[in-house]
Amino acid sequence: MMYDVIVVGGGPAGLAAACAARRQGAARVLVAERDGELGGILNQCIHSGFGLHYFQEELTGPEYARRFIEKLRESGADVMTDTMVTAVTRDLRVSVLSPRDGVQTLSAGAVVLTMGCRERTRGAIAIPGARPAGVLTAGAAQKYINVEGYAVGRRVIILGSGDIGLIMARRLTLEGARVLACVEAQPQPGGLARNIAQCLRDYDIPLYLSHTITDIRGRRRVEGVTVSRVDAHMRPIPGGEMDFACDTVLLSVGLIPENELTQAAGIPMDERTRGAWVYEDMQTGAPGIFAAGNALHVHDFVDFVTEESTRAGEAAARYAAGERPPDGRQITVCAGDGVAYTVPQRVRPDNVPRAADVFFRVRRPLRDARIQICVAGEAAHTHRRARVAPAEMERVPVPRATLQRAAAIGELTIRVEGEEAHG
Amino acid sequence: MAELICIVCPRGCLLHVDEQSGAVTGQGCARGEAYGAKELRNPTRVVTSTVAVTGAVHRRLPVKTDREVPKALIWDVMRALRGVRVAAPVRCGQVILPNVCGGEASVVATRDMAAQAVPADTAGDGQALIHYL
Repeated sequence: MMYDVIVVGGGPAGLAAACAARRQGAARVLVAERDGELGGILNQCIHSGFGLHYFQEELTGPEYARRFIEKLRESGADVMTDTMVTAVTRDLRVSVLSPRDGVQTLSAGAVVLTMGCRERTRGAIAIPGARPAGVLTAGAAQKYINVEGYAVGRRVIILGSGDIGLIMARRLTLEGARVLACVEAQPQPGGLARNIAQCLRDYDIPLYLSHTITDIRGRRRVEGVTVSRVDAHMRPIPGGEMDFACDTVLLSVGLIPENELTQAAGIPMDERTRGAWVYEDMQTGAPGIFAAGNALHVHDFVDFVTEESTRAGEAAARYAAGERPPDGRQITVCAGDGVAYTVPQRVRPDNVPRAADVFFRVRRPLRDARIQICVAGEAAHTHRRARVAPAEMERVPVPRATLQRAAAIGELTIRVEGEEAHG
Repeated sequence: MAELICIVCPRGCLLHVDEQSGAVTGQGCARGEAYGAKELRNPTRVVTSTVAVTGAVHRRLPVKTDREVPKALIWDVMRALRGVRVAAPVRCGQVILPNVCGGEASVVATRDMAAQAVPADTAGDGQALIHYL
């Protein structure tokens, strides 16, 4: 079976990419989704706050997903649910596995990788203590409660202050559980300020910054945890430990892009984002294979996932139609002082119509921040922000003219400076 | 001066609200100003939750209040949802509980849920949140 564009994963990124590929003229577009329905993680994110940027209205996760699921249906793309993609190769073949059709190998004119991400687990952060039942990731708890209808516990401690953990603090409280505390090892929260306000403060849930769980007790089920203050190097400070009697520990300690397919295909990765590196049009280092959404780098807002994936879907459709970016020099986008990573990591200036949007995260929270786009050590553009934080992805446009100047030396640097911010 | 974090968008502006006059400073937009003034006088929230659904592939149907309700009513809305059970199929936007708690807000479904034979391992009356993992 031959498709113009095959999209791996039917979450928000895959939905936007497939819609965009159809709109761009790709005749045969397929979305392969391993779950039984489209929509991905949005289906379990029943809270509102999605779409303010893209639709200028506040939607719940399922509502946001539905808009794109309907759009996809109208677009005439093919959808295979209950279908696991088991391999993608650089010659643009995609192996899929499903209960209905068994194993099939499909070929494509272009492939878009939109597998999303998964949660870091207890193993990833090595919490000491016993190993009873009742320690689970915040997203898993979200699915159990919101989709499958199970309560996960009665007395809960949340480790990590990522947005999913904060959202779950409120959700569990509303469902009758007692959330005793949210514990964050960093000196600043991992999630958005609005979620601290509307999920913790609204419900009088204490947030302990610079604290972590240093012991989990319980034989069959969690019976309690010890929470300790940590120093600037995240080492527990003896004395002043707090013991909580609880039956459940939720972990909201970060997300990891899911890239087994990407790596198996030999697509070059960026070890900072743990996704592939991409050009300005979201093409990876493998011609004809594109990547977008949380499989590429973890986003804060689905709206940006939609935008990025739209770009990937359009570029994939053009590639499938035989279009190739103009030959020309490419530049590397470097993460300078204060910047953790950038996406895209490489830009071909001749393939940029007016400006390339560069996404990045800062390393530390800063006030009165100045974001500089530097060519040969000099700031070509400066963008000001009242404050920046690692939890909030930033975006700056780099005009084509600047990219062309940078092409002479082969690189461009994004750096940030400002006043140290605390808390 | 009351200090509060604006929750109308992800920017999370730090607002200062004068308790006497209701004057707001620190907002990045008009919606933030409105939020700041209202939050002191009459705080409201959209409530999102789930209700039991039968005859569908999932056991819970996501719902929301179709407008903001007074913050003090959040728990009443949650209580009102406790015994609700709907049968699939359900359309997104379908009213599940009109004029909840006697107010103007209605609880509506936030997704479509097709009717489907329930797989044996999840068969039940859809009345969930009683099974502890």
